[in-house]
Amino acid sequence: MHSTDWLQFALFIGLLALITKPLGIYLTQVLDVNGKTWLDPAIGPLERLTYALMGLDRRKEQDWKQYTLAMLLFSLVGIVFTYLILRYQHLLPLNPQNLPGLSDHLAFNTAVSFTTNTNWQSYGGESTMSYFSQMVGLTIHNFTSAAVGISIAAALVRGIARASATTLGNFWVDLVRTTYYLLLPICFVFALFLVSQGIVQNFKSYDTAKLVEPQAVQVAKMDASNQPLVDAAGKPVMEDKIVSEQTIVQGPMASQIAIKMLGTNGGGYVNANAAHPFENPTPLSNFVQMLSIFAIGSALTYYLGRMVKNQGHGWAVWAAMMLLFVGGVLVCAHFEAAGNPIHQALGVATADGNMEGKEVRFGIFNSSLFATITTAASCGAVNSMHDSFTAIGGLVPLFMIEMGEVVIGGVGAGLYGMLVFVVLAVFIAGLMVGRTPEYLGKKIQAYDVKMAMLSLLVLCMSILGFTAWACVSDWGLAGLNNAGPHGFSEILYAYSSATGNNGSAFAGLTANPANGDPHYNVTLGLAMLIGRFLMIVPIMALAGSLVKKKVSPPSAGTFPVSGATFTLLLIGTVVLIGALNFLPALALGPIVEHFLTAGGKLF
Amino acid sequence: MKALFSEIRGAVVSTLVFAVVLCGFYPVAVWGVSQLAFKHKADGSLIVDKDGTVRGSSLLGQAFTGEKYFHSRPSAAGVNGYDGASSSGSNLGPTSQKLNDAIKDRIAAYRSVEGLNDKDAVPADAVTASGSGLDPHISVKNAELQAGRIAKARNLSVEKVKELIAASTSKPDLGILGDASVNVLELNLALDAAK
Repeated sequence: MHSTDWLQFALFIGLLALITKPLGIYLTQVLDVNGKTWLDPAIGPLERLTYALMGLDRRKEQDWKQYTLAMLLFSLVGIVFTYLILRYQHLLPLNPQNLPGLSDHLAFNTAVSFTTNTNWQSYGGESTMSYFSQMVGLTIHNFTSAAVGISIAAALVRGIARASATTLGNFWVDLVRTTYYLLLPICFVFALFLVSQGIVQNFKSYDTAKLVEPQAVQVAKMDASNQPLVDAAGKPVMEDKIVSEQTIVQGPMASQIAIKMLGTNGGGYVNANAAHPFENPTPLSNFVQMLSIFAIGSALTYYLGRMVKNQGHGWAVWAAMMLLFVGGVLVCAHFEAAGNPIHQALGVATADGNMEGKEVRFGIFNSSLFATITTAASCGAVNSMHDSFTAIGGLVPLFMIEMGEVVIGGVGAGLYGMLVFVVLAVFIAGLMVGRTPEYLGKKIQAYDVKMAMLSLLVLCMSILGFTAWACVSDWGLAGLNNAGPHGFSEILYAYSSATGNNGSAFAGLTANPANGDPHYNVTLGLAMLIGRFLMIVPIMALAGSLVKKKVSPPSAGTFPVSGATFTLLLIGTVVLIGALNFLPALALGPIVEHFLTAGGKLF
Repeated sequence: MKALFSEIRGAVVSTLVFAVVLCGFYPVAVWGVSQLAFKHKADGSLIVDKDGTVRGSSLLGQAFTGEKYFHSRPSAAGVNGYDGASSSGSNLGPTSQKLNDAIKDRIAAYRSVEGLNDKDAVPADAVTASGSGLDPHISVKNAELQAGRIAKARNLSVEKVKELIAASTSKPDLGILGDASVNVLELNLALDAAK
């Protein structure tokens, strides 16, 4: 790493630490039904109108089952809403490119993907989605799936903070307030900043540029039915062609990209996502986008500390996240800067590192940093192609996802995922000293540990189960862009990303093949549903159990959940469980590939 | 049952209200303000020549292969590269034979076109495809290695070409963010204007 890389890294962590407290305090106001914010005069009427239309009594709280049911119903309506828009986008307005409706399995995959905050994309946006589909069918979930995540985290925190109670808040109130008071105002300002950097925001059709230097190229000749012609030897017939134009994609991008980052959604407007100069034009836009991915997740740790009246606990959780994050960045950046020895033997400058799939304006460090952030959080936007990373450089984002995306994590999802590990860490500490484990004065009992483990095992089962199925199936192998262990990594990454609700990819994998095979779209869609809802339900059950418990006063034998001992125990728990679950699979993919790269083996 | 019905009503109504606020008001408000404040950028930073023809966007790379122009990076966007309607990287991994062969060919071509020796290291960005396939930039080192060829083909002094490179170079934002980069399209347009 160069000295400027260290400076950028320090600046990033410093700014993140600085915004954690004020944004955390703001969250306590937003997530309190009677909370006062400075935006009340502007947004209060809209909030009350929304409740009135919904016929909602905002003071009525829900127990864990009612809260979960409301969340599930809302998500179901969202999936159907987007599915219908995507299927019938050719009949809807704002489709200047006259793009056709999506196939049933692609529409299913995409509707699930955006509802679950995953934003896995089996398609290229600029050639598939109308402006209406982007702006309405997809953007609505960028807001609401983020708000759902934050609401669930708030419910779990209330379950920890309250004692001898039954209710966890009201889902609808949390959803509406998070969307209106937190996400919408920040996104409005953020989107305008992004336009100032060069991201487009318009409703005109695509422009066509006349190239400065027209290019002579050879293309495959097509027959009358638009199939490539082949000669007697079976080789495609080529013809000369002059390319003299370039399509320039347009549309309402900035408004979508602001929430895509802030809400850790990650779904790109265009295929190349945040590597595309229109989605991420400058190093400054890149830096602010990275900060926005972590902003809310980081602030939620402060919210946790504030709500349980133990700010040291909030910071201890934050510190555990940051240490894991710094480790990931340093490993990833080291291997990307070291580059690929096979290519360097051919004559590529060793000092330049691995530039395949990276943009010059970001360079090695900002690409590695972005890759680690986007997978530590469950964002999944990419500013470089993870598929082309070195073996270990690509292992870091993959393992970040497989640890459960608890390093800051997705908005809300990161905190409730990490709190599961906190419960387990406390449980393990209790076992080690032979006492009934307690978390903030509440006894952790068999039911709580079962629910915590269930939410983790479901993820492991989905990732490894689907990966194994795809590896031994023709449809699974047909989608690969790389052979050898890297091909395995593409499949493993896909199901890790889908189950973890991340959405980034080793993007060489073709999940929506031209022959219409639905297997990837359907299995990835199921993995996303499992990773979202089969994780949330046990966590809500845990919240429902915790909220009923009595608090016993701290004694000399109480295990403190702040300070360095707790932070290290938490890190150990996260890494150990991640490694136990996934090390064998990783050994077959990136780890063996690392040694093969060193030996110069090609596939 | 009544409770369930009221929850379903909440789900449907909130979805519709959100659709209006988040998918209607919000993007239109961003559009309105940005069209007033940053019209050029909101419309794609288009480069338009005197007779009104769009020649490109200063943010998007174009392919250049002639000896009088600075060459862009290899591109995996579309079949022929630099296809603005299908941005993409190659997505080839570190042990890919296909990637290895492509880089080998590009290194040989680069050395021959720019007059380098067989042992000279070639800048990584010159022989690898970018993430988007539309990378508008090349590294400063890569531009400088091409300067001699351009100067000869255009009968310009190498100093003059290097001046133009410097004028098209973006320094890191705030002095530390990102890497210095040379905008190829802007540089080539400046070359055409300088003759």
